[in-house]
Amino acid sequence: MPTGVPIEFSGLTKRFGSVAAVSDLTFTVEPGQVTGFLGPNGAGKTTTLRMLLGLVQPSAGSASFGGTAYAKLDSPLSTVGASLEAASFHPGRSARNHLAVYAQAAGLPKTAPDAALEKVGLAGYANRRVGGYSLGMRQRLGLAFALLGDPGVLVLDEPINGLDPEGIKWIRLLLRAMAAEGRTVLISSHLLSEVQQTVDEVVIISHGTLVHRGELSTLDTSDTKQVQVNAADRDRLAEILREAGYTVSNLRSGVLVDNAEAGEIGRLAFDAGIPLTGLSQKRTGLEESFLTLVGEEGSL
Amino acid sequence: MSLVHTVRSETTKITSTRLWWVLALIMVGYVGLCAGGLGAIFGGLGTNTTGPVLPDAQIPLLIYSFATSVGYVFPVLFGALAVTSEFRFQSLTPTFLAIPRRGVVLTGKLITLFLAGAGFGVLALIASMGAGAAVLAGFGIDPLLGDPDTWAFVGRSLLAMALWAAIGVGLGTLVPSQVAAIVIVLAFTQFVEPLLRLGSTITDWSAQIGQFLPGSASDALVGSSIYTAMSGTTSVALEWWQGGLVLAAIAAVATLIGSATSWRRDVS
Repeated sequence: MPTGVPIEFSGLTKRFGSVAAVSDLTFTVEPGQVTGFLGPNGAGKTTTLRMLLGLVQPSAGSASFGGTAYAKLDSPLSTVGASLEAASFHPGRSARNHLAVYAQAAGLPKTAPDAALEKVGLAGYANRRVGGYSLGMRQRLGLAFALLGDPGVLVLDEPINGLDPEGIKWIRLLLRAMAAEGRTVLISSHLLSEVQQTVDEVVIISHGTLVHRGELSTLDTSDTKQVQVNAADRDRLAEILREAGYTVSNLRSGVLVDNAEAGEIGRLAFDAGIPLTGLSQKRTGLEESFLTLVGEEGSL
Repeated sequence: MSLVHTVRSETTKITSTRLWWVLALIMVGYVGLCAGGLGAIFGGLGTNTTGPVLPDAQIPLLIYSFATSVGYVFPVLFGALAVTSEFRFQSLTPTFLAIPRRGVVLTGKLITLFLAGAGFGVLALIASMGAGAAVLAGFGIDPLLGDPDTWAFVGRSLLAMALWAAIGVGLGTLVPSQVAAIVIVLAFTQFVEPLLRLGSTITDWSAQIGQFLPGSASDALVGSSIYTAMSGTTSVALEWWQGGLVLAAIAAVATLIGSATSWRRDVS
């Protein structure tokens, strides 16, 4: 079983003229978990990954796999499997031949292309020309290329984009399983919600700069706790809560109480003899924290 | 080691799409038609005492040389497209992921296309010699198929076609835009160069330069061509091996410049 090595970014920078697309990125991606590399479109995710894979020359800094730059790896496809956003294939070539081209280049066994197609569920379409593939099938083919050498590290750019719900569930399970086997899995996305159920760790960049990194749960840093509560007599409920000093706002299905604990609100209503029809603690969503992180940067 | 892998991979690349046999089919038809047609004209003239007459011994090679004199555009195109399609379809990304050493990839491509060019040469010669020899024999002219000179000519023609494909690779790295590369190949080989060659024969000093034009060098290497036959026996020409060196130099210079420019650039 191939095991993963850490991916290390150290001061990685890319300038196009005077514009810094990526600025001084330093972080490590550990094996054994799925790391989400997040940021809005144009934040520099793809440029960062292309620098990591030796396709784009960094202006400064470096990136490595366990200390070895991609271009210096002995057997790159068996160490790192990568799939980048662009559809990188000749439309007139069949999926099997497409993979055979790169399996031969990497000196992989003859059986590698079919094994990879099997893994991504394209075995039945192996001889079809890739030009006729749907977006979802192309995504799967990109993943098959990444899996070709059974690598210990996976680097996938927007792998979920274009997949149907069934495909999303499938790739989620696949990536979780790969991480559980000890491989390093790095996936990029511009939507937190898309990868929220897949990733353990997040690295968030905005305008080419690191704005947050840590476990997914650390993203929920909001201090404000809100309670959503409802009763048949909504006006009376709001009045009681205002008297108790809470800030209350009306929602379509109840009232929203700022800086409150559900237990406390329930007790107040009970004391006032108001039967509640709903009571729940609301946490500011991860998505909201994410948008705050990248949005504030984005408005600069 | 990885060069062997690269050549294998590049071979799969060029054989797994339809381009090679579409080009080969057109080439075989075109070359066969020219060789057969000119064979018929010469065969007819041979019995007509009023026309200009070439010695019978020169006619077969002149006709067989249509394989290179009109067929060479096909290996050039094939070589150029092998490179430009990588840029066009962004397949340089997986290519460089599989083999991050870009120089190795380009060297492998050059070797593969050199061999593929020789393959085009085999098909072109089958067309020109097949059609030409059949027509000549029909008019009672000895097709010289048993002559060692003919087979030395075949060897030199294969080398010329192989070098032309290598020149195509060089051109593709210099001009990564597929459309631009096709336009350049067609305009230069079908229009610009024939005019330059014709024009260069007017004075002695221009003929000295004209012999270094790639088409002239190719004809010198092959040793026979409709162009040299048309411009008369007095025209200057390189030795066959000099012609080969000129073609090889063009391929090498173009590829070296390309490898330092478009081939080195960021792939995004």
